[in-house]
Amino acid sequence: MKILVPLKRVADPDNANKIKVTPAKIETTGLEWKPNPFDEYAVETALRLTENAASPKTRMGEVTVVTFGPKETETTLRAALATGADKAIRVDCTDEQLDGDLVARALKALVEKEKPDLVLIGKQQVEGDSNQVAQLLAEYLGWPMATFAGTIKSEGDKALVVGREIDGGSMNVKVTLPAVVSVDLRIVQPESVKSMHSKPDHAYSAGVRFAALMAIMAAKKKPMTEIALATLAADSTLKIKYTSYEAPVGRKAGVKVKTVAELVQKLKTEAKVL
Amino acid sequence: MSNVLVIAELADGHVRKSTHSALTFAREVTKAGGSFSILVLGANAKAAAAALTGFGAAKVLVTEEPSIAHPIAERLAPTVAAVAKAGTFDVIVATASSFGKDLVPRVAGKLGGGYAGDISAVKTEGGKLSYKRPIFAGNAYAWCEVTTPTQLVTVRQSEFTAAEPSGGASPIEAVAAAPIDAAASRVEFIGIETAKSERPDLGEARVIVSGGRALNKQFGEVLDPLAALLGAAVGASRAACDAGFAPPELQVGQTGRVVAPALYFAIGISGAIQHIAGMKGSKTIVAINKDPDAPIFQVADYGLVADLFQAVPELVAELKKG
Repeated sequence: MKILVPLKRVADPDNANKIKVTPAKIETTGLEWKPNPFDEYAVETALRLTENAASPKTRMGEVTVVTFGPKETETTLRAALATGADKAIRVDCTDEQLDGDLVARALKALVEKEKPDLVLIGKQQVEGDSNQVAQLLAEYLGWPMATFAGTIKSEGDKALVVGREIDGGSMNVKVTLPAVVSVDLRIVQPESVKSMHSKPDHAYSAGVRFAALMAIMAAKKKPMTEIALATLAADSTLKIKYTSYEAPVGRKAGVKVKTVAELVQKLKTEAKVL
Repeated sequence: MSNVLVIAELADGHVRKSTHSALTFAREVTKAGGSFSILVLGANAKAAAAALTGFGAAKVLVTEEPSIAHPIAERLAPTVAAVAKAGTFDVIVATASSFGKDLVPRVAGKLGGGYAGDISAVKTEGGKLSYKRPIFAGNAYAWCEVTTPTQLVTVRQSEFTAAEPSGGASPIEAVAAAPIDAAASRVEFIGIETAKSERPDLGEARVIVSGGRALNKQFGEVLDPLAALLGAAVGASRAACDAGFAPPELQVGQTGRVVAPALYFAIGISGAIQHIAGMKGSKTIVAINKDPDAPIFQVADYGLVADLFQAVPELVAELKKG
């Protein structure tokens, strides 16, 4: 199976409360760049689908990672190559040139060129939190999609049975490839992904894999190509225009109560919620 | 002036309460002129539509053809797009539930419109709509405009108070489902698994009792009596879900359900950024944790530093005293 994984770098989401918000812009200076967690899960999912877990060094198929950004974002791609992806593509641009729709249109052109069987992508990029690229891309390609995937089982690499995380439970759908799948948090649990190449009861360690030092060295030799954004999307018009930013109204820490009885009394007489 | 199409969400053949948040948006946007209609599509839509005729909509449009029986975006999107075009609607809106977040961007692609997702507010200035969206996991808000003639929106349920009926009787009108396209023919609905629970839905509960990993395997045993007593929904932190102590659909947080009940209990929850982003809109927050430095205390109105395994049963006993 050939899989394309779009992968974006973001300001360290574990320190997102340290961003500086001014009316004109959001400053993330001082925060480390990290791969968007959901995209990182998509890379891990792609690796699990294209390997026999008993010998993960051999790839059964091909995993291509693609990012949108300036030259320095190749670091994010190299890290994905080190964990097992085969090749990388960087679409040269800056964040200011992009919205979710333009990314989807550019990815459509890239998919038509690369001809993957599957596009695996994080359900949302945790800066803009827009949650739309997978849906738009699937629509532009005329492909089926399965969003918010918590589990994936490959059926002979011809179709995928996907457990979608929905409000109040999960919805199971079967998509015939080629398709677009966006992944949710639970996709990196030990038994969330069932590849046709691994034993059905194989359990991974929870989370994403780390690259060995040797693999990091070897990743430097893996193919990395650059494409201009305009080559993929001639129309650079954005459909969303951001006009201003504001900081959320902070909550103040309240009081500490000493006993359960005092808590109940305050909830009744002060907050009046009981 | 805008004409708004509200996409209703059905579950088991009934209108989900989440739909009422999208109705609130539609009322706000059409205050300055224009009107809104509601599209109810899916199994049992005709009967379900009766529940939506009292909200002041120009029309309630329904279709329940078998091809759109299940909530599959590939199947619903062509019909939503066709109805939107036929009715010359400028704004298409649904609530940002998993249903809306799945479907509306797909419709945006079909209509070539821009999509503002999960918005927390809307304003109209000089006939132009601006949307406020939480970004960076709720650590900032952005105001944005959609630059295309047709605008696609999902609204955050916790920020748009559920609309109440306003009387009147909107006419119900049948519409045809659009033909199924190639994408739809390659996705097969297998089924929905829901955890059967007597507790209310997280999005609709007045009180939520949430637990963290500290509860371990006693998650239900400790929290259920308190939730039952308060008629509360049960929530969980991501850590508790990941560890398997609570099912994933209970997760409260930026990447789970975003909630804003009148009263929120955070029990054994340390207060990771992701979790706080999902519950900080709650009116009153109570935190019970044995670690006095847990970040959850920085957002709690009432904090109790205590061992939850003693405090929660004690709380149940105290509440039972009346």
